[in-house]
Amino acid sequence: MTVSTERTISITVNGVPRETTVPARRLLSDALRHDLELTGTHVGCEHGVCGSCTVLVEGTPVRSCLVLAVQVDGKAVTTVEGLARDDGVGGEILHPVQEAFRECHALQCGFCTPGFMMTMAAGLEARDRSVDITEDEVDEIVGGNLCRCTGYTNIKKACRHAAGLMREANA
Amino acid sequence: MKPAPFGYADPTSLSEALSVLQSEGEGAKVMAGGQSLLPLLSMRLASPTVLVDINRVPDLDSVVVTDDGVRVGALVRHATLLHHAGAAALQPLLARATAHVAHPAIRNRGTTVGSIAHADPSGEMTSVLALTGGSVTVATPDGSSAVDWADFFVGPLETSVHGPAVVTDAFFPALPPRTGTAFEEISRRKGDYAVCGAGVTVTLDEESRVTSARAAYISVGLVPEVHDLTEAVAGRTVADADWAAAGALARTLVDPDGDLHASADYRRLLVGVLTERTLARAAQEAETR
Repeated sequence: MTVSTERTISITVNGVPRETTVPARRLLSDALRHDLELTGTHVGCEHGVCGSCTVLVEGTPVRSCLVLAVQVDGKAVTTVEGLARDDGVGGEILHPVQEAFRECHALQCGFCTPGFMMTMAAGLEARDRSVDITEDEVDEIVGGNLCRCTGYTNIKKACRHAAGLMREANA
Repeated sequence: MKPAPFGYADPTSLSEALSVLQSEGEGAKVMAGGQSLLPLLSMRLASPTVLVDINRVPDLDSVVVTDDGVRVGALVRHATLLHHAGAAALQPLLARATAHVAHPAIRNRGTTVGSIAHADPSGEMTSVLALTGGSVTVATPDGSSAVDWADFFVGPLETSVHGPAVVTDAFFPALPPRTGTAFEEISRRKGDYAVCGAGVTVTLDEESRVTSARAAYISVGLVPEVHDLTEAVAGRTVADADWAAAGALARTLVDPDGDLHASADYRRLLVGVLTERTLARAAQEAETR
């Protein structure tokens, strides 16, 4: 068994295959920002408390500061840059969560926003869209992320609004 | 901060993992979910020379439910155990406590066995292992053996396991008949480390009189401990048992430390309050089982 201090890894980021060589100690958050130059993922506390760096690994939300880049070799990662989809004519269609954040004024400085949106997008994808979202569900979805500006009222409003948008889209 | 440099190995079998641990010696550290370990590395409270990532080791990711209890493999994530209906039916404390483990994004990656092997007295699953009378399986180059919870925890972040070893599973015995459970925590933010938490079991006889009342606490004491509170409520029915007396007894049995988040006295107060509340709920549940 070889012990490596550096590895070349292949990751599919937002649908695009990427390859990069990283030291073993490189956090996924830093690999995304520095090696792959995707700075949408924000790094706040770097020890798993704030949730700003949340990304999806194989569709599941994780703290990218609590995962090593070498651990996602061969896996698919989605960052905030991958939330919107192409509209086919050179523009983008915002994800319902992004629409809801804009509609509900759910951000001020915007630092925590990428983490909230990734957590929320995955949380709302995973739930049964045929029923209305409850306050407990909203608390569970946003409860692991910190925002120092908004007081959370509008973030929770955006979560409910996005759930509504996704329910309509599903109907 | 960033972790200090280390070497990385991701073995694809248990024997390979053990041989790397053996050849790398004391500086090597096993990583499963990494949700407690990576913060320690980033804060440079720990700086192993080699991380042995066991995520590619096969056959460690299953929850096996038998009549005797629930065996949780070393790579079972908190999120998997939380939503495992069979495990919850046999030992309800598993899902009840796991719901308090951190936040969904951390539960998606962190493992139940990893949090037990981490032996943090503010972790939920260490106390649940104690309260249920569980054990862990420790694999070494010489073979595997079961280690009872009471022989496993030595101190904060310290277990009796030394040298090349991997904890391959944790076993939680099934809940006895006529027994109810409850679990509750006080924390500053939902999902954060508990200021104080309590898990309890109450067992009744055929006439609904209390025969056993036991509790284990979170963030209280250096290692998980199970406290027998039966004497305060023995022989009483669910309706007329004095749960406050059991809470008062619990306060005399614990020896919490104070820190930035709560004084020792406040933690002791919470032990009393949580004990009274959870025992009453567990007793009501015991009547239905």
